[in-house]
Amino acid sequence: MHTQKKNKRGKITMKILVCISHVPDTTTKISFIENNTKFNAVGVQFIINPYDEIALARALELIEGTDGTVTVINVGDISTEPTIRKALAIGATDAIRVNAAPRDGYFVASQIAAIAKEMNFDFILAGRESIDYNGGQVPAMIAELLGIPSVSIAKKLTIDSATATIDREIEGGKEIVSIPFPFVAGASEGMAEPKIPNMRGIMSARTKPLVVKEALAVDLLQEIKIYDTPKPRGQVKLISPDNAGELIELLHSEAKVI
Amino acid sequence: MATDKFQAPDYYLLDDLLTEEHKLIRNSVREWVKKEVSPIIEEAAQSTVFPKQLLKGLADIGAFGPYIPVEYGGGGLDQISYGLIMQELERGDSGVRSTASVQSSLVMYPIYTFGTEAQRKKYLPKLATGEWMGCFGLTEPNHGSNPNGMLSTIKKDGDNYVLNGSKMWISNAPFADIAVVWAKDEEGVVRGVIVERGMAGFTTPETHGKWSLRASATGELVFDNVKIPKENLLEVKGMKGPLSCLNSARYGISWGAIGAAMDCYDSSLRYAKERIQFDKPIAAFQLTQKKLAEMITEITKAQLLTWRLGVLKNENRATPAQISMAKRNNVNMALQIAREARQIHGAMGITGEYPIMRHMMNLESVITYEGTHDIHLLITGMDITGENAFS
Repeated sequence: MHTQKKNKRGKITMKILVCISHVPDTTTKISFIENNTKFNAVGVQFIINPYDEIALARALELIEGTDGTVTVINVGDISTEPTIRKALAIGATDAIRVNAAPRDGYFVASQIAAIAKEMNFDFILAGRESIDYNGGQVPAMIAELLGIPSVSIAKKLTIDSATATIDREIEGGKEIVSIPFPFVAGASEGMAEPKIPNMRGIMSARTKPLVVKEALAVDLLQEIKIYDTPKPRGQVKLISPDNAGELIELLHSEAKVI
Repeated sequence: MATDKFQAPDYYLLDDLLTEEHKLIRNSVREWVKKEVSPIIEEAAQSTVFPKQLLKGLADIGAFGPYIPVEYGGGGLDQISYGLIMQELERGDSGVRSTASVQSSLVMYPIYTFGTEAQRKKYLPKLATGEWMGCFGLTEPNHGSNPNGMLSTIKKDGDNYVLNGSKMWISNAPFADIAVVWAKDEEGVVRGVIVERGMAGFTTPETHGKWSLRASATGELVFDNVKIPKENLLEVKGMKGPLSCLNSARYGISWGAIGAAMDCYDSSLRYAKERIQFDKPIAAFQLTQKKLAEMITEITKAQLLTWRLGVLKNENRATPAQISMAKRNNVNMALQIAREARQIHGAMGITGEYPIMRHMMNLESVITYEGTHDIHLLITGMDITGENAFS
């Protein structure tokens, strides 16, 4: 799978796969239909998952000035193509869409792993999680299915000819790991600044290849039974400073925190 | 200024009328404005400094000559794309939009439309990248609504020409590398020339003391026996030269004004929901709702008007009178919304914490330049009656 080589200027030429999800915009008002079993997508604007945008931005930085390539892959129906086209406008070399609704993390990881197996990427980046279902499972599952290492919540990624060095967020600090190619990493804030497509990028995206592949049959491992949204927050109650007794009573009997 | 929380209103789901590429272009400019313009624009306006650092970004997002063909460095995009770019820029600030309007419609457009092949190749690619900035000289101190009365002259001098006169209220003038200037020849016919900075006798004093478009540089163009090589003459005669440029710019302004209106509406809606008076959000009072409901109604009407105008323009069917109607309606709509938005924001509306008063003051220029509010009404009047009421 590992194909990297150095170009004339001594820069490493990488072949990178970036996984992108098509998620509701962060300002979306979330609601459900069919007895709270289905997300209501009416009027919802979709965007590239913000963590995936970070992964894409870093991948593009790593191939800058080289003959390297960044392929983006998305598991989704045809409605995700504008999102994929945006990734191409940002600078991805080409794109693959696996033609199926992304049922769950295992389904998505299985589709991506099957394609990655055929295509020999130096490494695979995804966002640490998607901001819709927040499973955070796909990067590790892809790695497991391919039998290669993975790093979750990667905040920094540098490469040299033999290994990648990744800063990983851990409780209260960070750990710096060295990892051989090929690998999978879940990108988090700090790895790169997301890029805004420029006019040249938008124009060249028109003709970049977007290949559609049919999905593999994958066993259904989980099923969403019902969605629930938090209760609306109540009004703020103001208690006057000289009435601490009432405050303690409310914290005890109403808020039930003491 | 506080964080830019802008969310664009689309009450009639008009996004359905746009292509995926239109939306990608618009959203990219919108993101760019949030990232690059919003954080710096208030201070730029308060201190009357033109934010020159934005020029490269403006070029990258395609704001300079989006509809000029790719072979000359333009974007090769359609008129709706151009409109959407102007809308998003003016959502940030009318001054930033003005810089892009002038570069695209008043400098690149005439060089592309009336320029020789040599002129196109020499100027357009550098104007598209923002390496060169341009300005447009038509208005004179005593000739605003009546540009045909201009006093500037261009006279033959051997193989070349000599330009004399002065132009006023010229956006981009203080830093422009080139100027597209209109002057009358010996026969009294309006001719266009490209004047380059550094030509002897050409100066561009800056106009100070503006209460409007404070983040945009305005100046005069003064020509004192400026020798113009014959290669710099545009191949057009008469007022159709400058007027066709104005048509393109006014079209862009009709979109731009919607941007300013959307920003005022969006800020007002958020403020009205958060501001509590008499124990409830001011959005719960009928008089506030009247203001907000009328704003979104007017914005929606203007959005439909410009979208239709864009379709006509793409088909080469938009008439100057139709463009006048859209410019007049939309700029006035935006100005009225800015004034109502100021009321909703109460005292906060007069501060730089919110964009309202900056938009309002900017729009006082926009309602006057590129054909005043009254002149556009007379254009419509003449178009429907066949009677000229200008003079």
